[in-house]
Amino acid sequence: MGIIRSLTLMLIALTMVSPVAAQDQEDDPGQALLINLAEARPAQVEEAINAIATSGDVRARSWLDAYGSNRLSQIKDSGRIVIVLNNRGRDWTIADPLTGEQLGEMSRRELNRININNAIRGQLEGTLAMLDLDAEDRKVRLKSAEDMMGKVEAPLVEPLEQRLEVEEDAKVRERIAAALAIYRVGEGDVEAVDVLAGSLHSRARAALNNAAASDNPELVTRATQALGTIEQKLKLNSAAETLYFGLSLGSVLVLAAIGLAITFGVMGVINMAHGELIMLGAYTTWGMQQLLPNQPGLALILSIPAGFMVAATAGIIIERSVIQYLKGRPLETLLATFGISLILQQLVRTVISPQNRTVVTPEWMSGSLVINDALSLTLNRMYVLGFALVVFFLLMLIMRKTRLGLEVRAVTQNRNMARSMGIRATRVDIMTFALGSGVAGLAGVALSQLTNVGPNLGQNYIIDSFMVVVFGGVGNLWGTLIAGLSLGTINQLIEPWAGAVLAKIIVLVFIILFIQKRPKGLFPQKGRAAEG
Amino acid sequence: MWLTRPLRERSTQIFLGVLFAALVVVTFLHLFMPQDSALHVSAYTVTLLGKYLCYALLAVAVDLVWGYLGILSLGHGAFFALGGYAMGMYLMRQIGDRGTYGDPVLPDFMVFLNWEELPWYWLGFDMAWFAFIMVLLAPGLLALVFGFLAFRSRVTGVYLSIITQALTFALMLAFFRNEMGFGGNNGLTDFRDILGFNLRTDATRLGLFIATGIALAIGYLICRGIVTSKLGRVSVACRDAEARARFLGYRVERVQLFVFVVSAMLAGVAGALYVPQVGIINPSEFSPIFSIEIVVWVALGGRATLYGAVIGAILVNYAKTVFTGVMPDAWLFALGGLFVLVTVFLPKGIAGLLASRRKKKDEPTDTDRNPDTGKEATA
Repeated sequence: MGIIRSLTLMLIALTMVSPVAAQDQEDDPGQALLINLAEARPAQVEEAINAIATSGDVRARSWLDAYGSNRLSQIKDSGRIVIVLNNRGRDWTIADPLTGEQLGEMSRRELNRININNAIRGQLEGTLAMLDLDAEDRKVRLKSAEDMMGKVEAPLVEPLEQRLEVEEDAKVRERIAAALAIYRVGEGDVEAVDVLAGSLHSRARAALNNAAASDNPELVTRATQALGTIEQKLKLNSAAETLYFGLSLGSVLVLAAIGLAITFGVMGVINMAHGELIMLGAYTTWGMQQLLPNQPGLALILSIPAGFMVAATAGIIIERSVIQYLKGRPLETLLATFGISLILQQLVRTVISPQNRTVVTPEWMSGSLVINDALSLTLNRMYVLGFALVVFFLLMLIMRKTRLGLEVRAVTQNRNMARSMGIRATRVDIMTFALGSGVAGLAGVALSQLTNVGPNLGQNYIIDSFMVVVFGGVGNLWGTLIAGLSLGTINQLIEPWAGAVLAKIIVLVFIILFIQKRPKGLFPQKGRAAEG
Repeated sequence: MWLTRPLRERSTQIFLGVLFAALVVVTFLHLFMPQDSALHVSAYTVTLLGKYLCYALLAVAVDLVWGYLGILSLGHGAFFALGGYAMGMYLMRQIGDRGTYGDPVLPDFMVFLNWEELPWYWLGFDMAWFAFIMVLLAPGLLALVFGFLAFRSRVTGVYLSIITQALTFALMLAFFRNEMGFGGNNGLTDFRDILGFNLRTDATRLGLFIATGIALAIGYLICRGIVTSKLGRVSVACRDAEARARFLGYRVERVQLFVFVVSAMLAGVAGALYVPQVGIINPSEFSPIFSIEIVVWVALGGRATLYGAVIGAILVNYAKTVFTGVMPDAWLFALGGLFVLVTVFLPKGIAGLLASRRKKKDEPTDTDRNPDTGKEATA
């Protein structure tokens, strides 16, 4: 380590000096190494590579990378080695491998590519991985150790063992040990099976499978045993994964349906344009990101209030212009709002585009949380799940604890009585509808992170949302939550053996049959409110 | 007889008169006017009109359940499509070995999917009588099972609308699957002939047009017969006050089931006549938006009049043809606007407008009682 560090310091010093004094290049040991590689005869290439790899030079990695991807060239006239940055067209952009300095363009005819054959390339991968194992960054070491699994060849065993001794990070050690064990199991070493017994990594399993098919009886029994334990662990993990995906799908359903639970469940208004309100929320996110192209994360966070406001405003317009005239005529409301949904869809198609728009996922939401080799949870779904729960409980709070919630419940239970108590029913109608619509907008903001944002976005969710509300029991927010999460999970449970489409059909048929059995849903309203 | 009784009604006489006059005029203009005459009706137009008549029959079927039974079905497209598929399967089998792959038994898409033999549910569809029975039976059975379950547990109103929509949505997803054996998203197409007549000749097209007109007339008569019969009165009672009808001793769910099944069968017939005229049937006919579009035809024409449904269907579809030809982007705006305007400003539809013109002169129509909800106020 000490040598590397001092070398690094030296190099930094060199890079700073080199533009001033070009003749320093002659003294750079890297130059000699590269020329050695470039001019090596096929039999000596391996040696030359090893010389670079063991030189301890921090630039070694980039040189070998360039070599592996055919981008290391020698200038015919001067014999100087360069890295080709762009090898498209006639003139190639080149850079100095020693300083990283760009050297402009040069015709490809003046360059001589340093050739590499496939055997060497295969070896090079291992060499590169070994180089990475020495890296300072823990992530690089971990990744390279993982790459190493299943690729270990005899010459790598010794350096790996040495590495294993100095490695401090437990995760990386585990990987290196597994990589070695895979090699040893392949060589028929029975003891090494134990090392792999707990691993969920697919390459470890592949190695064990090979071992189980070998002709060494002891190895076969040990490997089969190990595979059995792995199999069980895998089952558990895949169950956890299904549950996670189910909950995630469920949270999407809950988000889509929860606004509907307010407008349909509480107010009794059938809003077929609900899906399009979701779509508006999603497009708001897209619009925000167009306004702030360099900060997708900030845009997303700003979209939460913006999406709410846009959808709520649209909701108020719909309520004032159409729904208020259709009070007490649910079927007509259904038709009119369906018309509105058509208009909104076509509006988006005409004004924005019929094509899908891409909404960028901010960095902190992409990637996944790795639990183990078989189970990793995607972060965006986790965020959406959390968001759904937050929205749900906020709504719950509004309906239960605020004046607005009280008034809404009063107006739905007995409109005339509520009015005679001084509640302005019309205002409550508007507020409730705006609230439900706004929540639809929030759903759109969240959905923009999971699906395509296009004019048909809403259509895909409207039937599902109604199903969730009806299944959960109209007028019951808890019912909506439970219905959404359980339908999502059921869907994911069926999917592996039925396929996505059939799973959806089965769920729909299930709900249709369920409604026959319990027309009022999972949690029917009781008492006077039920008679509405 | 219940079927002939409506013939004595003035409105039925006018409707049938106009329908037959239209059939005769179109036939005459098509056959006897020279090609270059302005009055000549081309084979294309004849088929287009035939298509409108299919839609009209479908709208009558929807009006029967919505107008007279108070059930807003958002899934009638499913019955229409099932009838269409039954007919499509027959036409598919009629192709025989003239398909692209020349297989004497298997339709092209099955050969393409490497199927070895015909699935059991395709058997018998090479015989016209069997296929025509299935045109009635397939939608009828679906309506019977679905209606039995729904009406028995008293699912009504909006709930019923939503689950009918879910039904047609589920069927659409199912028919999109190649494994179902109905041609997946391409559906059934490339038909050659029907009952031995070449589908691509003008004479066959005219024949289909006339057949559709006659089917519409018969369908209208059947519906009119039902709604003027005692059964029809009970069904209107169920629409307006379901609980009261039940307490009076009527088996509401049976009435509902009967009318619903008849309506589904009519829709199936409409679909069966539609398929040979447009030459294709695919799962998009199952799409919820199509089903809901049917409802708006009826709403525009006027609920609970039957002839209003016919007017609505023809008007909307004519508008659709014009719009999609001239400015396709505007069609959804127009359709959406139509939904809103009709429900807000024209709750009784065009028929309601006509009726209010000659109010007090005539007997009260069926829509007079509380047309808003179709239910009596129970509060």
